[in-house]
Amino acid sequence: MALMVVKFDLKKRVKLAQTVWFMYWFAVLAGILVLSLGLFFKIELRKRSELMDNNESHFLPNLLITMGLIACGINAFGGKVCYDSLDPLKFAKWKPVLKSFLVFCLGFNALLVVTSLLCFVMRIPLQFTLAEGLKNGMKYYKDTDTPGRCYMKRTLDLMQMEFRCCGNDNYRDWFEIQWVSNRYLDFSSKEVKDRIGSNVDGQYLMDGVPFSCCNPSSPRPCIQYQMTNNSAHYSYDHYTEELNVWRRGCRDALLSYYGGIMNTIGALVFLVTVLEVAVTVGLQYVDTSLSTLSNPEDIESESEGFLLEKTVKETFTDIMAKMKSMGKGAKVEEGGEEGVATVS
Amino acid sequence: MAVGKITFTKTEREKLAEVLWLLNWISVLTGVILFGLGLFLKIEIQKWQEVMSEQGILYVPHMLITTGLAACGINYLGSKICLDCADTNKFLRWKLVMMPYIVCTFCFTACVLAGALLCYTIRSQLEQSLYLGLRSAMRFYKDTDTPGRCYLKKTLDMLQIQFQCCGNTDYRDWFHIQWISSRYLDMTNSAVVDRVRSNVEGKYLMDSVPFSCCSTLSSSPCIQHNLSNPAAHRHYDQQSQQLNLWRRGCQQALLDHYTGIMQSIALTVLLIWLFELLVLTGVRYLQTAMENVIRLGDPESESEGWILENSLAETACYNFNIIKNLGKCYQVDEDPNINIPTAAADQEVPPLQVRVSVTS
Repeated sequence: MALMVVKFDLKKRVKLAQTVWFMYWFAVLAGILVLSLGLFFKIELRKRSELMDNNESHFLPNLLITMGLIACGINAFGGKVCYDSLDPLKFAKWKPVLKSFLVFCLGFNALLVVTSLLCFVMRIPLQFTLAEGLKNGMKYYKDTDTPGRCYMKRTLDLMQMEFRCCGNDNYRDWFEIQWVSNRYLDFSSKEVKDRIGSNVDGQYLMDGVPFSCCNPSSPRPCIQYQMTNNSAHYSYDHYTEELNVWRRGCRDALLSYYGGIMNTIGALVFLVTVLEVAVTVGLQYVDTSLSTLSNPEDIESESEGFLLEKTVKETFTDIMAKMKSMGKGAKVEEGGEEGVATVS
Repeated sequence: MAVGKITFTKTEREKLAEVLWLLNWISVLTGVILFGLGLFLKIEIQKWQEVMSEQGILYVPHMLITTGLAACGINYLGSKICLDCADTNKFLRWKLVMMPYIVCTFCFTACVLAGALLCYTIRSQLEQSLYLGLRSAMRFYKDTDTPGRCYLKKTLDMLQIQFQCCGNTDYRDWFHIQWISSRYLDMTNSAVVDRVRSNVEGKYLMDSVPFSCCSTLSSSPCIQHNLSNPAAHRHYDQQSQQLNLWRRGCQQALLDHYTGIMQSIALTVLLIWLFELLVLTGVRYLQTAMENVIRLGDPESESEGWILENSLAETACYNFNIIKNLGKCYQVDEDPNINIPTAAADQEVPPLQVRVSVTS
């Protein structure tokens, strides 16, 4: 008892082939879309790889690019087969490969589903990479004279201004590191010497933040230095002051940015998967409807198209039996050879 | 002596009509592009309109928008006309509309050219508007509690950060205005009171700039205060001074930005104008060719098409006479049916008398 049988006459077959051919062209465009999404994500990761310690995993964008390319290839081939199915002579040369092609398509669709899920899941490793990278980035903020790190200050300043964030978790992260280089400190000043002396590691720490943390929406000029000292500034209370510097941490800001990109890509890849499943089903019907002609010589005769030749259970048991026999076949061969060896 | 005379066979006329139909549809697209360019320019100007003293410059995008919409309408009508022109019977429907349509298209094409030239000439007006606008914006920077001006601080800070500029012409412009509100000045502090008193107008001026002037290219933390005393800062040499703040003035930065946009727009509009001129010439040839075919009476015969029937000078004279005579339409000198008694009656020609000869 075949699964989901549909009766076809010539007209219906032609219509089916045309529809599936059309859908395959859409699927080619969808493949190009997946490819470009992968490229876009890769470029976005590259742009800010400095903030992630050059340690970020490019696995997901590379996977998207590969899947996009394979999708384009498969769908172009499928479209060609559908186009040729209207002419029995041309279709005859594709017939032998069609079964294995359909199995391959099925496997590819499963892989697409996995890719879509990965897009949602890869957020977690990214979180850890960002946290580590930003902490190190802030440490190297002052090293504008060290080769390899001289652009860290510029990168961090631009990032804080673009994403409207300050520090790793919040602006107080800047209080815990020395972000003013020793070149710009006056070591003859008593105040500087006291501050360095009072710190265990000999670092110049202060309750100030770089200018890129300043919020332009603040009604008063930005207070960057002596932020926790209310008496240093007129009419200032650092507990209630909310608009002075950006309150958000840069890890949160970057994570929501990349998370948004990955969620969108995941949703789009899922839609592409649905389209791919639809075209695979369509091709299966085209193939079966052309193989079950009641009168093989007459192309205008009726035929049946089906999804599976037997029911799902029977197909599953068939596949298991086949795999078992393949495994036994190998064993029998080995046993036979041994037997032959012992006999002689 | 016609200007640009070309002979058309029947197939050539039909081909011309088809080609013009296609070109008119492409012109509809260019009209949409024109509309889009006008809209884009309008949005760009409105983004920073708070730092411009007058909105007069908005007439450039408005002109582009109206011209774009007119282009869509005129070229859509043109495509319909050209499609019908392939057949002499259908052409008769449009015969009377053709001439006004061509005159309309000619005027509209001139408007497109005017729009392109405007984009080049607007620079001086923009310069003045930006200078005055930025000056008043900087003056109101501190008024974050005055309704109508409370967002000027944010706008000016975002402008300086985005365009990498500081002040009107130079960062020193900030030294001449009070940009810290009196709400945040401790009037009990003697240093503050001294500074306010030492200024004629009672303003609190200092040699420092807002944080948005800070350059991201600097290798040292930003030095915003005590800028006229380089010795007060450690390791603040000539090179550090160059990199510390943005050196460009915001008037120059915005001027460059808008001039760049408008030059690209003007170039695109000029190309569209050339294309429209081409379409106009084609439609004129088609019109004259079809009219001549109808005049000859035989739809299968060849006919001539031209741009002007007589030479340029003769056409100009003819049109000029028409305009002159429009004014004379109520003067009756030339009407022979009206008898006007003139002063010199004796100069009247005596009525002709027929002599009857009597034959005897």
